Amino acid sequence: MSTHAINTHAILAIYKFEMARTLRTIWQSIVSPVISTSLYFVVFGAAIGSRITEIEGVAYGAFIVPGLIMLMLLTQSTMNASFGIYFPRFTGTIYELLSAPVSSFEIACGYVGAAATKSIILGLIILATSWLFVPLHIAHPFWMLGFLVLTAITFSLFGFIIGIWADGFEQLQIIPLLILTPLTFLGGTFYSIHVLPPVWQTVTLFNPVVYLVSGFRWSFFEVADVSPWISLGMTLFFLSGCLVTIWWIFKTGYRLKK
Amino acid sequence: MISISGLSKTYASGFQALKSIDLDIQRGEIFALLGPNGAGKTTLIGVICGIVNPSTGTVTVDGHDIVSDYRAARSLIGLVPQELTTDAFETVWDTVSFSRGLFGKPKNPAHIEKILRDLSLWDKRTNKIMTLSGGMKRRVLIAKALSHEPQVLFLDEPTAGVDVELRKDMWQVVRDLRASGVTIILTTHYIEEAEDMADRIGVISKGEIILVENKAELMRKLGKKQLTLHLQRPLDAVPAELAVHNLALADAGNELVFTYDTAAERTGVTALLSDLARLNIRFRDLQTTQSSLEDIFIGLVTDRPAAGAGAAP
Repeated sequence: MSTHAINTHAILAIYKFEMARTLRTIWQSIVSPVISTSLYFVVFGAAIGSRITEIEGVAYGAFIVPGLIMLMLLTQSTMNASFGIYFPRFTGTIYELLSAPVSSFEIACGYVGAAATKSIILGLIILATSWLFVPLHIAHPFWMLGFLVLTAITFSLFGFIIGIWADGFEQLQIIPLLILTPLTFLGGTFYSIHVLPPVWQTVTLFNPVVYLVSGFRWSFFEVADVSPWISLGMTLFFLSGCLVTIWWIFKTGYRLKK
Repeated sequence: MISISGLSKTYASGFQALKSIDLDIQRGEIFALLGPNGAGKTTLIGVICGIVNPSTGTVTVDGHDIVSDYRAARSLIGLVPQELTTDAFETVWDTVSFSRGLFGKPKNPAHIEKILRDLSLWDKRTNKIMTLSGGMKRRVLIAKALSHEPQVLFLDEPTAGVDVELRKDMWQVVRDLRASGVTIILTTHYIEEAEDMADRIGVISKGEIILVENKAELMRKLGKKQLTLHLQRPLDAVPAELAVHNLALADAGNELVFTYDTAAERTGVTALLSDLARLNIRFRDLQTTQSSLEDIFIGLVTDRPAAGAGAAP
């Protein structure tokens, strides 16, 4: 192996290891998020949604689909990627990663790639499931896939950082449950931010999830709170922020090396 | 094979685990690193393997710097850590294959099979690691370290808490590896193992290498043997007729202690015993003791005055 070549065997080994973990825990990692998202469709889409008028020309049941997929994408990417790297730290098997001829980039590729793959698969399954409950039309399928993939990667990177930062299982749960979920609920998953009073509309613009949900929803219905280009820009901005953080973590050995 | 110069490590707590270590490990040798708990053995290995960041100093492995050329350096190294850290849910086969991939080597099922057979793990290859005993997990760690055909193998306390069977298997594997040219560095608490296995011995204490010596040389220099005779009747003094022998009285005259050099052609034991018979000095029992590496080691570590500099952890 030459010194500068990318260690593709290592990336593949980590990727396959992580995908095998997903398959081992298929109930927890695939089935249960699909069921809980379906419950949202049943309650908000079919039961209550039929009493709610259309939002910006879109039936309420359909309107919430992109937001719910985003909600699941953010929490599952973060949780899965954070657990993937936290667990070796917890058990001590991280020694092998640190002593292997792999770069930070390769380690992140393996873990984040696997976590993002899982989230993308999950997102597509939920999208397919939603068709059972509400009629859907996707205006820009490539944009839709683009947002799906970029968000899955960004939040898997974010989860990877959480997994390195966390000092215990509790901290691992805190970010998805106490920060991501509220931000998503308040970020226009279930409503257009235009229904809010002007002051709160402005406040909401500080919530990064607004841009993700808005862009993703635009790719379905061409209805958006902000321009899709701003959404794309913000997504890429978070992505590069996470990349820089990970580069710094491995550069300094933060929480990894003594 | 490994060249360490001026290596120091101070942890964030201020504890100085390594103090300017200089050490060269020869290609193809078995080097035993001895030292009490907390002496810095594991830290030293950690630095070489990339788990601990060095504070100052350099380490090269086969000419490759472990920081600037870490890929080349690390791909030569296999590490068996002290702790039994394994993935509980993976199978033996999968975890060993994973290690090989991680170290950048293409698949080679035949090589993995050979390792598993050598370590008597073949029958367990489809078992999940959590179902294995502690000794078996230790074998798995060794198999992982060997999966990518390393040129240097670090064994950090490999026999802590493992049974006789595994020790025998393991030392056979180590001998085979050495025969194939692999350099082996081991740390152990069992000094007899170092005595059996090592070509050279380094003693580390309080973060400093205080001695590096060829094992045979070390044993010859410091090894001596004593014959203790438990007398039937105590003596007041060593009789003048026995003055030619290197004798001393112990236990209030109840024991006669004869010190001799095992390397000498004539140890003088026969002459001493016939002289005793002639003087009618009878003894109830006798025993011989040989100073082991352990005695030498304890002597070295305890005689040494504490070197300053390092703050308590």
